[in-house]
Formats: sequence, structure tokens, C-alpha cells
Amino acid sequence: MNELEKDMLPQAVMITIYVLSRQYHVPAGSTILTALEYAGFKLKKGVGCREGFCGACASLYRLQGDYKLHGGLGCATVVQPEMQIVQLPYTPAPKAIYHLEELEPVPEVFTQLYPELYRCLSCNTCTKICPQDLQVMDYIQAAVRGDLEQAADLSFDCIQCGLCSARCPAEITQFNVALLARRLVGKYLAKKGKYVEDRIKEVEASKFTAGYQELQDLSPEDLKKRYFERELNNLIY
Amino acid sequence: MLPQVVMIQIPYYPGCTLKNKASNFETSALAAARALGLELVELPRWNCCGAVFSLSSDDLMRHIAPTNIFLRVQEMNRDHLVEDEYRLVTFCAMCFNVLRRTNQRLRESLEDRNKINDFSYLETETYQGRVEIVHLLELLRSMGWDKIQERVQKPLTGLKVAPYYGCMLLRPKDVGIDDPERPTILEELLRSLGAEPVDFPLKLRCCGSYQTVPNKDLVADLAYDILSRAQKAGAEAITTSCPLCAFNLDFRQKEIQQKYPMFLPIPVFYFSQLMAIAFGLPQEVFGLAGHYANPKTLLATKGYLQATSPLEGG
Amino acid sequence: MVRKIKLQAKNREFTRKISELSGEVAMLCEQCGTCAGSCPMLAEMDITPSQMMRLVQLGQEAVLENKTFWVCASCYTCTVRCPRGIDPAKIAEALRQVKLRQAIDYIRIDEIEPEEAKKLPAIALVAAFRKMTG
Repeated sequence: MNELEKDMLPQAVMITIYVLSRQYHVPAGSTILTALEYAGFKLKKGVGCREGFCGACASLYRLQGDYKLHGGLGCATVVQPEMQIVQLPYTPAPKAIYHLEELEPVPEVFTQLYPELYRCLSCNTCTKICPQDLQVMDYIQAAVRGDLEQAADLSFDCIQCGLCSARCPAEITQFNVALLARRLVGKYLAKKGKYVEDRIKEVEASKFTAGYQELQDLSPEDLKKRYFERELNNLIY
Repeated sequence: MLPQVVMIQIPYYPGCTLKNKASNFETSALAAARALGLELVELPRWNCCGAVFSLSSDDLMRHIAPTNIFLRVQEMNRDHLVEDEYRLVTFCAMCFNVLRRTNQRLRESLEDRNKINDFSYLETETYQGRVEIVHLLELLRSMGWDKIQERVQKPLTGLKVAPYYGCMLLRPKDVGIDDPERPTILEELLRSLGAEPVDFPLKLRCCGSYQTVPNKDLVADLAYDILSRAQKAGAEAITTSCPLCAFNLDFRQKEIQQKYPMFLPIPVFYFSQLMAIAFGLPQEVFGLAGHYANPKTLLATKGYLQATSPLEGG
Repeated sequence: MVRKIKLQAKNREFTRKISELSGEVAMLCEQCGTCAGSCPMLAEMDITPSQMMRLVQLGQEAVLENKTFWVCASCYTCTVRCPRGIDPAKIAEALRQVKLRQAIDYIRIDEIEPEEAKKLPAIALVAAFRKMTG
């Protein structure tokens, strides 16, 4: 918590939430993660980038007067009055072992590596829970019919939080199936970008070594300053 | 000179297997339909139908998949991809059976419909039973067999084909497209294509269906019975409308040959492949590459394939 | 084989459960054997479909240990031929469901040979998993 936040706290409107069925009073407008910290939880697991990218802080919650179970990222979901929350940072998931070099980008990879995929009921429960608002059921169905490119395309923003798999009545591991599809598409089917190859050459030619060294030598404070001062608009992805 | 055809656009549901393992069936079916003025427009978004209809009274979960598909037909109408066309065409006998049966159940039960509509709360539409499931063979019959005959450019004269119905086209009675015990629709199609339908006693006998997953030997035995009885009746080829029957009857010939060394392979055609050939369509759409029992030799002997062009189909 | 069975409340309960799950009135079966005579999978079964119907009528839960309803391929030949208008395929499905709903699967997906899985079309896998895994 920085100074500014501490200053703000006394004036903040407080709301009641429930974490693991216990009542807490937390400032309105907090995210689930900051609310948990305010309530005294020390987060060692179930927290990561705090920017909505890493998928480590998957949470389940219900709102007052609503039977629906919602999924959200703890770092990006704002708490609401009477919200019931639990973190679900990890879902046990089978992961097929394969060498990408030995696979072919053909529909049969799914029947071979993830045959349970064909248990999908198309019930759409995965899509309902996805905190990234992906059409999870659609990408799984693309995989069922062997459409690698559509499976990769529709799952592109998946951050592997695992909520889909936790909720799936067919007990599929959606996110690992999607990962396989994206890897195959990336390796075999997607158009190769010349800029990637150029950049790899630059990295191999140590073009960025000095720059990295400079960052590594900075103190944490200076590093933070540099991070927040970076010109987002000039970043080239 | 071919008769002028007015194109009709109808929503079309391919099903999973016609999109990968049996894509050769889809290629030939779409081309044959187009030759008859049917522009089959694939649903822009679709899921697996579930392949088998859930038979228990309380299991609504497994009826959601087909309902999603019905909603896509509504969306196609909403988005003017088709105009006021609520018929949904399928070729796959299993998809057809699941879709028509689910539709029946939802039409009969407001309670089931409401439960599923309520469950699928992310959908922008609700389903009220408006969609009509049609098998391509039914569409052909309603056009009139003489219309099919008119389109034939290379009649399959002298080709002896055993029509194999299997289960899902005919049973149960109120779902099937023809008489469950004495069907004629495939025979009539074959006759209009100029081929000679070969009647044989096991044309309605199940090929073992999904038992092919846990017990391929059993299915090889069932397939052997069906194929050898057809051969005894004089058939040179088999035709079917079900991609799972096609898999069991065609690809299980490998296991049959191991078990019964005297068995001679017999090609298994999807009904639309024979249509494409008889209509004189380009050889690429015949889709002859995806078979186990090679159909090319038979077709070449009969003169349906041009010797000058490569024999590989699409 | 003649067996003496004393029917108890739990037998009626099992019959009722199967009737509810299947939506079929098993008691209507008069044991004519048409289903058994029509069944393409008969050779592979341990009891005939008609015996399966009888055991359900008598509320014999032991029928759940038979293989017959797992070997059923849902071809609906019995469905269209039963002179009493019963759908034995639905009774078979109900028996499968009793097992599957206790998380007792008939096949293990991880036991399918990868080479075989490569060959099988989606339609076969989807259908088999729906019928034989819960």
C-alpha cells in the first residue's frame, strides 16, 4: 500500500464482504486482492502480476440476490457489497506430454493427446465462468472438429486461470487443449513474421545485453520509477 | 443442355466428422446439392450435436447441444444470412437423428424448453421450436426423383450398389425418413442415378455403432456379416448416409481381412459421392482419397473415372 | 433355470426408479422375446434384452452387473418392433445411467490405444463417451 492509498483509507466508504464465509469490512472500490490484503490476508499464492495478465488470482464469487456463480481475476474484479468470495488460484489439470517437433498440425492430435475432449456437452458452462470473456465452448468445439486455427484464434487471450476446467461437467481441461492448439498453429500454420526472426538475430547478437545490464543495476526504487514512466504508447508489440 | 436451376439457400449443419475424417463426404454432398440448386449455407457458429440422443427422461443437460444449434438457425434468419428459412439440412444420419429427436422433445415439452432456455442465459435468443430438421435425402425425395434423374450426365449403368440404411435414418419410427422395416429411399436414389440397387437381408442391421471404440473385433464381425451378405447378393459397392457406418464398414475391413483372409475388400460410398459421379461433376469433388477399401479401381473399370487425369479425389 | 425370488419393497423401488429414469413402463413387457430375436448385439450379451426386461420388472438390482445394456448399441431395432410399444433401449439407457451417475464408468478413456484414437472419427468417440462414461 503506498502513501496515497493510506491517506485515502479513512475517508473511504466501507462495505461488507464475505471471504471463506467470514465477514470483513473493506473499502468500497477495492479489487478482490486489495480487499483481501486490507482484511489481513497475506497473499503468497494466488497473486501475480496484478495487471490481469498472469491468471494466478482466479476467484469465484456470488453477488447478493443472484444465484449465478461468477468467475473473476482477483486483481481486476472490484468488490461489491455482500459479495461472497473465495480464491481458486489453481485447478488440478492433466497435461499431455509431447514434443512439438514430433507432432503434426492435424485434427488427430486431439483424439490422441486429449481424448476426453470428446466428452464435451456443449453446455457452455466454461464460457459462463471465463473471466476473460472468451467463447471457451466454441474453441473447445473447434478442437472437437479438428479446426486448429479457430481453436487457437478463439483462445488467444486465455491466461490459463483454470476456472473453466474447475466448472466443466465433462471434466475437460480446456486451457491445456487450447495451449496445444496455439502451439501447433504458432509452429506450423501461422504466417512467419520476418520481424520476429530479425529480433531473434538481434538478441543473439547481444544487441540488448547492455540495456538489460543497466536495468539490473538499478535500485528497486529507480526501477519502479522507470517502469511507471515508460511510454506505453511507443511500445511496439 | 442442363435445365436452369434457381438456387435456394438453406441453413446447413455439417457435424464434426464431416469436417475432418470424412471431409470427402461433405465435399461431394455440397457439390451434388449445388448441382441441384441447393445452396447449403453452413451455420456460422456451431457445436457438436452429441452424436447420440440422450434417452433418459431427466437428462436435459445433453439436450443443450442440439438446442444451441437450433438457436444458430434463428440467428441466421435474424442476420439475414438466409431469408425466412427455418429448415436445417444435415447429411450425417447420426446428427440428423439427434437433432430431429431433440427438436421433437422440445416442441412437445414447454417445461424442458423453458429450463434449457433459462440455463442458456448467455444466448441472445430463446428457442420455441420453430426449426425443422431435414435430411438431404428427404429434400431430394421432395424435389422428385425425376428431377434427380434429369441432372444425371453419366448414369451409373451396371453399377451394383447395396444400399445400407443402418439405424439412424429409420428408427425410431416417428423420427425416421422412411418405413422402418421396408425403406426405399436409397434404392430410389440409386435408380435415378442409373445404378442397380442390390437388395440384401442385412441392410437395416446395426453395424455396431460406437461399440467400435471399446470393441473393434465385435464391430469387425458385424461389419463382416453385413459386407459379405451384400457381396453374396451381388453388390460391387455399398452406400450409406452415416459417417460412423462408413467408418465401421470401410475402415474395419482391415480387421476383417486379418480375421477372414478370404474376404475381398468392397468400397463403401457415401450416397453423395455417387451423386457427384453421376452428375458428371469435376473429379476433385468425388473425394475418393479418404477411403480404406479403394473405390478407384471399381470406378475406373466401369469407366466413371477419366484415365487421363490423376485418380486422386479431393 | 428356475429361481425362487421373494419380492420386497426395495425391488419395487428399483423397478420404479428405472421406470422413472426411462419414462417406460417395464411392467407392460409380456416376455415375448421379440427384442431378443431382433437384437444385432445378442451374441455379445450375457443375458438377452428380454431377460433384462424381466429382471427390471422383478426389481432385481443385480441386473446392473450384467453386460447387456453396455453392449447395446442403441440401434432401436427393439424399439420399433416391441409389440407392447415399450422402448427397451430406454430401459438400457436407464441402467447405464444408474451406474454412470455413481461415477462408475464402463470404459476407461486412458486405455484407448493412442494409435487407435488417431484412427477413430470424432463421431465414434463422442457417442461412446456419452454412453459409457459419466
